[in-house]
Amino acid sequence: MIEIKNISKTFNKGTADEIAALKCLSLKINEGDFITVVGFNGSGKSTLLNLISGSLIPDSGEIHFNDIDVTKLPDFKRSQYISRIFQNPLAGTASELSIMENFRLAALRTKSKTLSIGNTNSFRNSVCEKLKTLNMGLENKPDALMGSLSGGQRQALTLLMSVMDESKILLLDEPTAALDPKSAAIVMELAEKIIRDGNLTALMVTHRMKDAINYGNRLIMMKEGLVEHDYSNADKKAINTDDLIRWFNI
Amino acid sequence: MEFYLTAIHQGLAFAALGLGIFLSLRILNIPDITTDGSYTSGGIITAWMLVNGWSPIIAVIASMIAGACAGIITGTIHTRLKVHPLLAGIIVMTGLYSINLAILGRPNQPLINIENLLMSPSVNSDHSSIILFAFSVVLIILINAFLKSDMGISLRATGNSESMVKSMGVNPDRMKIIGLGISNSLTALSGSLIVQYQGFGDINMGIGIVISGLGAVMIGDVLLRNAASRKIFLQLIAVVLGCILFRLILAAALNIGIDPNYLKLITAVLVLSIIAFGKIKFTSKA
Repeated sequence: MIEIKNISKTFNKGTADEIAALKCLSLKINEGDFITVVGFNGSGKSTLLNLISGSLIPDSGEIHFNDIDVTKLPDFKRSQYISRIFQNPLAGTASELSIMENFRLAALRTKSKTLSIGNTNSFRNSVCEKLKTLNMGLENKPDALMGSLSGGQRQALTLLMSVMDESKILLLDEPTAALDPKSAAIVMELAEKIIRDGNLTALMVTHRMKDAINYGNRLIMMKEGLVEHDYSNADKKAINTDDLIRWFNI
Repeated sequence: MEFYLTAIHQGLAFAALGLGIFLSLRILNIPDITTDGSYTSGGIITAWMLVNGWSPIIAVIASMIAGACAGIITGTIHTRLKVHPLLAGIIVMTGLYSINLAILGRPNQPLINIENLLMSPSVNSDHSSIILFAFSVVLIILINAFLKSDMGISLRATGNSESMVKSMGVNPDRMKIIGLGISNSLTALSGSLIVQYQGFGDINMGIGIVISGLGAVMIGDVLLRNAASRKIFLQLIAVVLGCILFRLILAAALNIGIDPNYLKLITAVLVLSIIAFGKIKFTSKA
Protein backbone atom coordinates (compact mmCIF):
# COMPACT_ATOMS: atom_id res chain seq x y z
CA MET A 1 0.00 0.00 0.00
CA ILE A 2 2.60 2.53 1.13
CA GLU A 3 6.22 1.91 0.40
CA ILE A 4 8.86 4.20 1.80
CA LYS A 5 12.32 3.64 0.38
CA ASN A 6 15.44 5.11 1.98
CA ILE A 7 14.01 8.52 2.74
CA SER A 8 16.14 11.12 4.44
CA LYS A 9 15.18 14.58 5.63
CA THR A 10 17.51 17.13 7.15
CA PHE A 11 16.35 20.49 8.42
CA ASN A 12 18.47 23.67 8.30
CA LYS A 13 21.05 21.95 6.16
CA GLY A 14 24.51 23.51 6.26
CA THR A 15 23.82 25.65 9.31
CA ALA A 16 24.73 25.26 12.96
CA ASP A 17 21.11 24.16 13.61
CA GLU A 18 21.31 21.23 11.20
CA ILE A 19 19.03 18.39 12.32
CA ALA A 20 18.87 15.04 10.56
CA ALA A 21 15.22 14.18 11.27
CA LEU A 22 15.12 10.98 9.21
CA LYS A 23 18.15 8.96 8.20
CA CYS A 24 17.58 6.69 5.26
CA LEU A 25 14.37 5.22 6.64
CA SER A 26 12.55 2.43 4.84
CA LEU A 27 9.12 1.13 5.75
CA LYS A 28 6.53 -1.00 4.04
CA ILE A 29 2.94 -0.46 5.10
CA ASN A 30 0.49 -3.12 4.01
CA GLU A 31 -3.09 -2.52 3.03
CA GLY A 32 -5.33 -2.50 6.10
CA ASP A 33 -2.44 -1.96 8.53
CA PHE A 34 -3.20 0.24 11.52
CA ILE A 35 0.22 1.22 12.78
CA THR A 36 0.82 3.09 16.00
CA VAL A 37 4.07 5.04 16.15
CA VAL A 38 5.83 5.96 19.39
CA GLY A 39 9.16 7.60 20.06
CA PHE A 40 10.95 10.48 21.71
CA ASN A 41 10.34 14.05 20.75
CA GLY A 42 12.60 14.69 17.81
CA SER A 43 12.79 11.03 16.82
CA GLY A 44 11.24 11.84 13.44
CA LYS A 45 7.65 10.61 13.97
CA SER A 46 5.98 13.80 12.80
CA THR A 47 8.51 14.22 10.00
CA LEU A 48 7.62 10.73 8.79
CA LEU A 49 3.92 11.58 8.82
CA ASN A 50 4.53 14.90 7.06
CA LEU A 51 6.59 13.18 4.39
CA ILE A 52 3.81 10.67 3.74
CA SER A 53 1.21 13.46 3.61
CA GLY A 54 3.37 15.59 1.33
CA SER A 55 3.65 18.56 3.71
CA LEU A 56 7.39 17.89 3.49
CA ILE A 57 9.35 16.63 0.50
CA PRO A 58 12.27 14.28 1.30
CA ASP A 59 15.88 15.20 0.48
CA SER A 60 16.37 11.72 -0.94
CA GLY A 61 14.47 8.47 -1.23
CA GLU A 62 11.08 7.59 -2.64
CA ILE A 63 7.50 7.19 -1.47
CA HIS A 64 5.04 5.02 -3.39
CA PHE A 65 1.31 4.53 -2.89
CA ASN A 66 0.32 1.29 -4.63
CA ASP A 67 3.14 1.62 -7.15
CA ILE A 68 2.38 5.30 -7.82
CA ASP A 69 5.41 7.46 -7.14
CA VAL A 70 4.15 10.33 -4.99
CA THR A 71 7.54 11.52 -3.71
CA LYS A 72 7.29 14.94 -5.34
CA LEU A 73 3.50 15.30 -5.23
CA PRO A 74 2.50 18.34 -3.11
CA ASP A 75 0.20 17.79 -0.12
CA PHE A 76 -2.94 19.29 -1.67
CA LYS A 77 -2.66 16.77 -4.52
CA ARG A 78 -1.74 13.87 -2.30
CA SER A 79 -4.93 14.46 -0.33
CA GLN A 80 -6.77 12.53 -3.04
CA TYR A 81 -5.27 9.41 -1.40
CA ILE A 82 -4.93 10.60 2.19
CA SER A 83 -7.15 11.87 4.98
CA ARG A 84 -5.46 13.62 7.86
CA ILE A 85 -6.20 14.19 11.52
CA PHE A 86 -4.04 16.88 13.08
CA GLN A 87 -2.75 17.24 16.60
CA ASN A 88 -4.40 20.65 16.79
CA PRO A 89 -8.18 20.14 16.53
CA LEU A 90 -8.45 23.58 14.94
CA ALA A 91 -6.19 22.61 12.03
CA GLY A 92 -8.47 20.02 10.46
CA THR A 93 -11.60 22.15 10.27
CA ALA A 94 -12.39 25.72 9.16
CA SER A 95 -13.65 27.79 12.12
CA GLU A 96 -15.68 30.36 10.24
CA LEU A 97 -17.51 27.84 8.10
CA SER A 98 -20.56 25.96 9.32
CA ILE A 99 -20.44 22.27 10.17
CA MET A 100 -22.32 21.61 6.94
CA GLU A 101 -19.88 23.62 4.82
CA ASN A 102 -16.93 21.81 6.37
CA PHE A 103 -18.54 18.51 5.45
CA ARG A 104 -19.24 19.74 1.94
CA LEU A 105 -15.55 20.44 1.44
CA ALA A 106 -14.68 17.03 2.89
CA ALA A 107 -17.12 15.37 0.49
CA LEU A 108 -15.14 16.91 -2.38
CA ARG A 109 -11.68 15.94 -1.15
CA THR A 110 -10.82 14.01 -4.29
CA LYS A 111 -12.98 16.06 -6.65
CA SER A 112 -12.79 19.55 -8.12
CA LYS A 113 -14.60 22.40 -6.42
CA THR A 114 -16.86 24.02 -8.98
CA LEU A 115 -19.25 26.94 -8.96
CA SER A 116 -22.27 24.73 -8.31
CA ILE A 117 -24.06 24.85 -4.96
CA GLY A 118 -23.55 21.44 -3.38
CA ASN A 119 -25.11 22.19 -0.01
CA THR A 120 -28.44 20.69 -1.10
CA ASN A 121 -31.19 19.17 0.99
CA SER A 122 -30.24 15.60 0.22
CA PHE A 123 -26.63 16.36 1.09
CA ARG A 124 -27.70 18.00 4.36
CA ASN A 125 -29.84 15.01 5.29
CA SER A 126 -27.04 12.55 4.66
CA VAL A 127 -24.65 14.62 6.81
CA CYS A 128 -27.22 14.90 9.61
CA GLU A 129 -27.56 11.10 9.62
CA LYS A 130 -23.80 10.84 10.11
CA LEU A 131 -23.81 13.53 12.82
CA LYS A 132 -26.45 11.56 14.72
CA THR A 133 -24.05 8.64 15.12
CA LEU A 134 -21.80 10.88 17.24
CA ASN A 135 -24.49 11.37 19.89
CA MET A 136 -23.34 14.94 20.42
CA GLY A 137 -26.59 16.59 19.35
CA LEU A 138 -24.82 18.27 16.44
CA GLU A 139 -27.45 17.02 13.98
CA ASN A 140 -29.73 19.68 15.48
CA LYS A 141 -27.42 22.55 14.59
CA PRO A 142 -25.69 21.67 11.32
CA ASP A 143 -25.36 25.36 10.46
CA ALA A 144 -23.48 26.24 13.64
CA LEU A 145 -20.02 27.65 13.01
CA MET A 146 -17.22 25.13 13.51
CA GLY A 147 -15.49 27.71 15.71
CA SER A 148 -18.28 27.48 18.28
CA LEU A 149 -17.56 23.80 19.01
CA SER A 150 -15.14 22.25 21.51
CA GLY A 151 -11.82 20.71 20.53
CA GLY A 152 -13.17 17.21 21.17
CA GLN A 153 -16.21 17.81 18.98
CA ARG A 154 -14.07 19.26 16.22
CA GLN A 155 -11.67 16.33 16.32
CA ALA A 156 -14.59 13.88 16.15
CA LEU A 157 -16.02 15.79 13.20
CA THR A 158 -12.61 15.78 11.47
CA LEU A 159 -12.68 11.99 11.75
CA LEU A 160 -16.18 11.78 10.29
CA MET A 161 -15.12 14.18 7.54
CA SER A 162 -12.11 12.01 6.69
CA VAL A 163 -14.40 9.33 5.23
CA MET A 164 -16.89 11.65 3.52
CA ASP A 165 -15.09 11.02 0.26
CA GLU A 166 -13.32 7.91 -1.00
CA SER A 167 -10.61 7.12 1.51
CA LYS A 168 -7.77 4.66 1.68
CA ILE A 169 -5.11 6.11 3.94
CA LEU A 170 -5.64 7.87 7.27
CA LEU A 171 -2.82 9.72 9.02
CA LEU A 172 -3.34 10.66 12.65
CA ASP A 173 -0.79 12.95 14.30
CA GLU A 174 -1.34 12.73 18.06
CA PRO A 175 -5.10 13.11 17.53
CA THR A 176 -5.92 13.19 21.25
CA ALA A 177 -2.97 15.19 22.57
CA ALA A 178 -5.02 18.37 23.03
CA LEU A 179 -8.12 16.67 24.43
CA ASP A 180 -9.39 15.87 27.92
CA PRO A 181 -9.45 12.14 28.84
CA LYS A 182 -13.14 11.68 28.12
CA SER A 183 -13.04 13.37 24.70
CA ALA A 184 -9.81 11.51 23.94
CA ALA A 185 -11.52 8.18 24.60
CA ILE A 186 -14.48 9.11 22.38
CA VAL A 187 -12.20 10.23 19.57
CA MET A 188 -10.06 7.08 19.77
CA GLU A 189 -13.08 4.79 19.71
CA LEU A 190 -14.45 6.67 16.72
CA ALA A 191 -11.08 6.51 14.97
CA GLU A 192 -10.90 2.75 15.42
CA LYS A 193 -14.46 2.28 14.17
CA ILE A 194 -13.83 4.41 11.08
CA ILE A 195 -10.57 2.62 10.29
CA ARG A 196 -12.19 -0.79 10.75
CA ASP A 197 -15.41 -0.01 8.85
CA GLY A 198 -13.60 1.60 5.95
CA ASN A 199 -10.78 -0.96 5.95
CA LEU A 200 -8.38 1.99 5.95
CA THR A 201 -4.63 1.86 6.09
CA ALA A 202 -3.76 4.03 9.07
CA LEU A 203 -0.71 5.46 10.76
CA MET A 204 -1.08 7.07 14.17
CA VAL A 205 1.62 8.94 16.06
CA THR A 206 0.90 8.97 19.77
CA HIS A 207 2.49 9.70 23.14
CA ARG A 208 -0.17 7.75 25.02
CA MET A 209 1.43 4.34 25.53
CA LYS A 210 -1.92 2.79 26.35
CA ASP A 211 -3.36 3.84 22.99
CA ALA A 212 -0.23 2.60 21.24
CA ILE A 213 -0.75 -0.83 22.79
CA ASN A 214 -4.56 -1.01 22.62
CA TYR A 215 -5.08 0.14 19.07
CA GLY A 216 -3.77 -1.06 15.76
CA ASN A 217 -2.16 -4.24 14.50
CA ARG A 218 1.43 -3.04 14.36
CA LEU A 219 3.63 -0.91 16.56
CA ILE A 220 6.67 1.05 15.50
CA MET A 221 9.18 2.59 17.87
CA MET A 222 11.30 5.36 16.44
CA LYS A 223 14.61 6.66 17.67
CA GLU A 224 16.94 9.22 16.15
CA GLY A 225 15.38 9.22 12.73
CA LEU A 226 15.12 5.45 12.32
CA VAL A 227 12.68 2.65 13.09
CA GLU A 228 14.23 0.87 16.04
CA HIS A 229 11.51 -1.73 16.63
CA ASP A 230 8.71 -2.89 14.37
CA TYR A 231 6.28 -5.19 16.21
CA SER A 232 3.79 -7.24 14.23
CA ASN A 233 0.36 -7.95 15.65
CA ALA A 234 1.50 -11.10 17.48
CA ASP A 235 4.59 -9.45 18.98
CA LYS A 236 2.55 -6.41 19.88
CA LYS A 237 0.15 -8.48 21.97
CA ALA A 238 3.05 -9.79 23.99
CA ILE A 239 4.25 -6.40 25.16
CA ASN A 240 2.57 -4.00 27.56
CA THR A 241 2.67 -0.37 28.56
CA ASP A 242 5.46 -0.99 31.09
CA ASP A 243 7.69 -2.46 28.40
CA LEU A 244 7.21 0.67 26.34
CA ILE A 245 7.93 2.98 29.23
CA ARG A 246 11.05 0.96 30.05
CA TRP A 247 12.21 1.40 26.47
CA PHE A 248 11.79 5.13 26.81
CA ASN A 249 13.91 5.15 29.97
CA ILE A 250 16.90 3.34 28.54
CA MET B 1 -30.20 67.47 0.36
CA GLU B 2 -28.59 67.22 -3.08
CA PHE B 3 -25.32 67.05 -1.19
CA TYR B 4 -26.33 63.93 0.74
CA LEU B 5 -27.82 62.29 -2.35
CA THR B 6 -24.42 62.65 -3.99
CA ALA B 7 -22.87 60.98 -0.96
CA ILE B 8 -25.30 58.06 -1.23
CA HIS B 9 -24.54 57.73 -4.93
CA GLN B 10 -20.83 57.70 -4.20
CA GLY B 11 -21.41 55.15 -1.48
CA LEU B 12 -23.23 52.87 -3.90
CA ALA B 13 -20.49 53.32 -6.49
CA PHE B 14 -17.98 52.36 -3.80
CA ALA B 15 -20.00 49.26 -2.86
CA ALA B 16 -18.03 47.11 -5.30
CA LEU B 17 -14.77 48.34 -3.77
CA GLY B 18 -16.05 47.65 -0.25
CA LEU B 19 -17.11 44.15 -1.25
CA GLY B 20 -13.71 43.62 -2.90
CA ILE B 21 -11.90 44.60 0.28
CA PHE B 22 -14.29 42.37 2.24
CA LEU B 23 -13.24 39.43 0.04
CA SER B 24 -9.52 40.02 0.41
CA LEU B 25 -9.41 41.19 4.02
CA ARG B 26 -12.20 39.27 5.72
CA ILE B 27 -12.64 36.16 3.58
CA LEU B 28 -9.04 35.51 2.52
CA ASN B 29 -7.41 37.23 5.49
CA ILE B 30 -5.01 39.05 3.15
CA PRO B 31 -4.36 42.79 3.51
CA ASP B 32 -4.26 43.79 -0.15
CA ILE B 33 -3.50 47.34 -1.20
CA THR B 34 -3.30 46.77 -4.93
CA THR B 35 -6.62 48.61 -4.61
CA ASP B 36 -5.17 52.10 -5.15
CA GLY B 37 -3.79 50.99 -8.51
CA SER B 38 -6.61 48.74 -9.72
CA TYR B 39 -9.22 51.36 -8.82
CA THR B 40 -7.39 53.96 -10.89
CA SER B 41 -6.94 51.47 -13.74
CA GLY B 42 -10.69 50.89 -13.80
CA GLY B 43 -11.32 54.63 -13.92
CA ILE B 44 -8.61 55.43 -16.46
CA ILE B 45 -9.58 52.64 -18.85
CA THR B 46 -13.22 53.71 -18.67
CA ALA B 47 -12.31 57.37 -19.32
CA TRP B 48 -10.08 56.47 -22.26
CA MET B 49 -12.60 54.11 -23.83
CA LEU B 50 -15.55 56.48 -23.43
CA VAL B 51 -13.61 59.33 -25.01
CA ASN B 52 -12.63 57.04 -27.85
CA GLY B 53 -16.18 56.09 -28.56
CA TRP B 54 -16.50 52.68 -26.94
CA SER B 55 -19.76 51.64 -25.35
CA PRO B 56 -19.91 52.17 -21.57
CA ILE B 57 -20.75 48.49 -21.01
CA ILE B 58 -17.62 47.37 -22.86
CA ALA B 59 -15.66 49.96 -20.87
CA VAL B 60 -16.95 48.52 -17.59
CA ILE B 61 -16.09 44.96 -18.63
CA ALA B 62 -12.61 45.98 -19.82
CA SER B 63 -12.02 47.81 -16.53
CA MET B 64 -12.99 44.74 -14.54
CA ILE B 65 -10.70 42.50 -16.59
CA ALA B 66 -7.82 44.92 -16.03
CA GLY B 67 -8.52 44.94 -12.29
CA ALA B 68 -8.64 41.14 -12.24
CA CYS B 69 -5.25 41.01 -13.97
CA ALA B 70 -3.75 43.36 -11.37
CA GLY B 71 -5.11 41.15 -8.57
CA ILE B 72 -3.85 37.99 -10.23
CA ILE B 73 -0.37 39.52 -10.53
CA THR B 74 -0.37 40.54 -6.87
CA GLY B 75 -1.61 37.07 -5.90
CA THR B 76 1.05 35.39 -8.01
CA ILE B 77 3.85 37.52 -6.56
CA HIS B 78 2.57 36.81 -3.05
CA THR B 79 2.17 33.05 -3.45
CA ARG B 80 4.91 32.07 -5.88
CA LEU B 81 7.68 34.34 -4.60
CA LYS B 82 6.45 34.15 -0.98
CA VAL B 83 6.35 37.93 -0.73
CA HIS B 84 4.25 39.54 2.01
CA PRO B 85 0.90 40.51 0.46
CA LEU B 86 1.30 44.16 1.50
CA LEU B 87 4.62 44.36 -0.33
CA ALA B 88 3.24 42.49 -3.37
CA GLY B 89 0.37 44.98 -3.46
CA ILE B 90 2.68 47.99 -3.21
CA ILE B 91 4.83 46.66 -6.07
CA VAL B 92 1.84 46.16 -8.38
CA MET B 93 0.22 49.44 -7.35
CA THR B 94 3.44 51.35 -8.07
CA GLY B 95 3.85 49.75 -11.47
CA LEU B 96 0.22 50.41 -12.35
CA TYR B 97 0.68 54.15 -11.89
CA SER B 98 2.90 54.36 -14.98
CA ILE B 99 0.72 51.94 -16.92
CA ASN B 100 -2.37 54.02 -16.12
CA LEU B 101 -0.59 57.18 -17.23
CA ALA B 102 0.48 55.47 -20.45
CA ILE B 103 -3.08 54.29 -21.17
CA LEU B 104 -4.60 57.71 -20.74
CA GLY B 105 -1.64 59.59 -22.23
CA ARG B 106 -2.36 62.53 -19.93
CA PRO B 107 -2.91 63.01 -16.19
CA ASN B 108 -6.66 63.56 -16.45
CA GLN B 109 -9.53 63.25 -18.86
CA PRO B 110 -12.83 65.11 -18.62
CA LEU B 111 -15.90 63.35 -20.06
CA ILE B 112 -18.02 66.29 -21.11
CA ASN B 113 -21.20 65.47 -23.02
CA ILE B 114 -20.32 61.81 -23.38
CA GLU B 115 -23.01 59.21 -22.95
CA ASN B 116 -22.29 56.73 -20.14
CA LEU B 117 -24.08 54.14 -18.02
CA LEU B 118 -25.24 56.67 -15.46
CA MET B 119 -25.97 59.75 -17.51
CA SER B 120 -27.28 60.66 -20.93
CA PRO B 121 -26.24 64.28 -21.46
CA SER B 122 -27.98 64.44 -24.83
CA VAL B 123 -31.42 64.09 -23.25
CA ASN B 124 -30.25 65.57 -19.96
CA SER B 125 -31.26 62.55 -17.91
CA ASP B 126 -29.53 61.08 -14.91
CA HIS B 127 -30.21 57.44 -13.99
CA SER B 128 -27.47 57.26 -11.37
CA SER B 129 -29.77 56.29 -8.50
CA ILE B 130 -31.40 53.33 -10.15
CA ILE B 131 -28.29 52.00 -11.95
CA LEU B 132 -25.97 52.32 -8.97
CA PHE B 133 -28.56 50.72 -6.71
CA ALA B 134 -29.10 47.89 -9.19
CA PHE B 135 -25.34 47.30 -9.43
CA SER B 136 -25.06 46.97 -5.65
CA VAL B 137 -28.01 44.57 -5.39
CA VAL B 138 -26.74 42.37 -8.22
CA LEU B 139 -23.24 42.32 -6.72
CA ILE B 140 -24.55 41.25 -3.31
CA ILE B 141 -26.60 38.45 -4.88
CA LEU B 142 -23.78 37.23 -7.14
CA ILE B 143 -21.08 37.33 -4.47
CA ASN B 144 -23.38 35.61 -1.98
CA ALA B 145 -24.08 32.83 -4.48
CA PHE B 146 -20.39 32.50 -5.28
CA LEU B 147 -19.37 32.25 -1.63
CA LYS B 148 -21.92 29.47 -1.09
CA SER B 149 -20.78 27.46 -4.09
CA ASP B 150 -18.27 24.65 -3.66
CA MET B 151 -15.48 26.90 -4.94
CA GLY B 152 -16.65 29.71 -2.66
CA ILE B 153 -16.52 27.40 0.36
CA SER B 154 -12.95 26.46 -0.61
CA LEU B 155 -12.07 30.15 -0.85
CA ARG B 156 -13.52 30.91 2.57
CA ALA B 157 -11.81 27.90 4.14
CA THR B 158 -8.48 29.08 2.68
CA GLY B 159 -8.66 32.24 4.77
CA ASN B 160 -9.46 30.12 7.83
CA SER B 161 -7.09 27.20 7.86
CA GLU B 162 -4.54 26.42 5.16
CA SER B 163 -3.75 23.04 6.65
CA MET B 164 -7.42 22.13 6.39
CA VAL B 165 -7.90 23.13 2.76
CA LYS B 166 -4.70 21.38 1.71
CA SER B 167 -5.94 18.18 3.32
CA MET B 168 -9.18 18.63 1.36
CA GLY B 169 -7.42 18.74 -1.99
CA VAL B 170 -7.52 22.50 -2.45
CA ASN B 171 -4.47 24.44 -3.57
CA PRO B 172 -4.55 27.47 -1.26
CA ASP B 173 -2.27 29.48 -3.55
CA ARG B 174 -4.71 29.08 -6.41
CA MET B 175 -7.58 30.18 -4.18
CA LYS B 176 -5.67 33.28 -3.09
CA ILE B 177 -4.92 34.23 -6.69
CA ILE B 178 -8.56 33.73 -7.72
CA GLY B 179 -9.78 35.67 -4.67
CA LEU B 180 -7.44 38.60 -5.25
CA GLY B 181 -8.42 38.62 -8.92
CA ILE B 182 -12.12 38.90 -8.08
CA SER B 183 -11.44 41.43 -5.34
CA ASN B 184 -9.49 43.74 -7.63
CA SER B 185 -11.89 43.39 -10.51
CA LEU B 186 -14.60 44.66 -8.13
CA THR B 187 -12.30 47.51 -7.12
CA ALA B 188 -11.80 48.43 -10.78
CA LEU B 189 -15.58 48.35 -11.26
CA SER B 190 -15.87 51.02 -8.57
CA GLY B 191 -13.23 53.10 -10.34
CA SER B 192 -15.19 52.81 -13.57
CA LEU B 193 -18.50 53.79 -11.96
CA ILE B 194 -16.97 56.73 -10.11
CA VAL B 195 -15.42 58.10 -13.31
CA GLN B 196 -18.79 57.86 -15.04
CA TYR B 197 -20.48 59.48 -12.07
CA GLN B 198 -18.11 62.40 -11.61
CA GLY B 199 -17.49 62.88 -15.34
CA PHE B 200 -13.72 62.73 -15.38
CA GLY B 201 -10.84 60.37 -14.85
CA ASP B 202 -7.68 61.36 -13.00
CA ILE B 203 -4.38 59.57 -12.59
CA ASN B 204 -4.39 60.40 -8.86
CA MET B 205 -7.98 59.39 -8.18
CA GLY B 206 -6.93 56.19 -6.41
CA ILE B 207 -4.51 57.62 -3.86
CA GLY B 208 -5.55 56.36 -0.44
CA ILE B 209 -8.76 54.85 -1.76
CA VAL B 210 -8.10 51.54 -0.01
CA ILE B 211 -9.04 53.24 3.27
CA SER B 212 -12.61 53.79 1.99
CA GLY B 213 -13.00 50.06 1.53
CA LEU B 214 -11.43 49.27 4.89
CA GLY B 215 -13.65 51.84 6.59
CA ALA B 216 -16.75 50.37 4.95
CA VAL B 217 -15.86 46.81 5.99
CA MET B 218 -15.25 47.99 9.55
CA ILE B 219 -18.51 49.91 9.71
CA GLY B 220 -20.14 46.71 8.46
CA ASP B 221 -18.57 44.81 11.36
CA VAL B 222 -19.86 47.37 13.84
CA LEU B 223 -23.36 47.20 12.32
CA LEU B 224 -23.49 43.42 12.75
CA ARG B 225 -21.79 43.27 16.10
CA ASN B 226 -24.91 42.55 18.09
CA ALA B 227 -26.71 40.70 15.30
CA ALA B 228 -27.88 37.18 16.11
CA SER B 229 -26.80 35.90 12.71
CA ARG B 230 -23.51 36.42 10.88
CA LYS B 231 -24.71 35.01 7.59
CA ILE B 232 -22.56 35.93 4.59
CA PHE B 233 -25.57 37.60 2.98
CA LEU B 234 -25.99 39.94 5.95
CA GLN B 235 -22.30 40.69 6.04
CA LEU B 236 -22.36 41.70 2.37
CA ILE B 237 -25.32 44.00 2.95
CA ALA B 238 -23.55 45.48 5.98
CA VAL B 239 -20.47 46.24 3.84
CA VAL B 240 -22.60 48.10 1.27
CA LEU B 241 -24.36 50.03 4.04
CA GLY B 242 -20.89 50.73 5.42
CA CYS B 243 -19.86 52.25 2.09
CA ILE B 244 -22.88 54.56 2.10
CA LEU B 245 -22.49 55.55 5.77
CA PHE B 246 -18.81 56.24 5.23
CA ARG B 247 -19.59 58.69 2.41
CA LEU B 248 -22.43 60.28 4.37
CA ILE B 249 -20.19 60.92 7.36
CA LEU B 250 -17.55 62.52 5.13
CA ALA B 251 -20.23 64.60 3.42
CA ALA B 252 -21.54 65.75 6.78
CA ALA B 253 -18.04 66.75 7.82
CA LEU B 254 -17.63 68.85 4.68
CA ASN B 255 -21.13 70.25 5.09
CA ILE B 256 -20.39 71.71 8.52
CA GLY B 257 -17.61 73.71 6.91
CA ILE B 258 -14.43 71.66 7.30
CA ASP B 259 -11.79 72.66 4.75
CA PRO B 260 -11.86 70.06 1.90
CA ASN B 261 -8.04 70.07 1.99
CA TYR B 262 -8.39 68.14 5.23
CA LEU B 263 -10.54 65.41 3.60
CA LYS B 264 -7.84 62.73 3.81
CA LEU B 265 -7.12 63.61 7.42
CA ILE B 266 -10.82 63.39 8.25
CA THR B 267 -10.98 60.04 6.47
CA ALA B 268 -8.03 58.71 8.46
CA VAL B 269 -9.48 59.93 11.75
CA LEU B 270 -12.87 58.48 10.81
CA VAL B 271 -11.44 55.01 10.14
CA LEU B 272 -9.39 55.20 13.34
CA SER B 273 -12.54 56.14 15.26
CA ILE B 274 -14.43 53.18 13.82
CA ILE B 275 -11.63 50.83 14.86
CA ALA B 276 -11.46 52.38 18.34
CA PHE B 277 -15.24 52.25 18.66
CA GLY B 278 -15.20 48.54 17.88
CA LYS B 279 -12.44 47.83 20.40
CA ILE B 280 -13.90 49.83 23.30
CA LYS B 281 -17.28 48.14 23.15
CA PHE B 282 -15.67 44.77 22.73
CA THR B 283 -13.58 44.92 25.90
CA SER B 284 -16.35 46.35 28.05
CA LYS B 285 -18.58 43.44 27.01
CA ALA B 286 -16.06 40.74 27.74
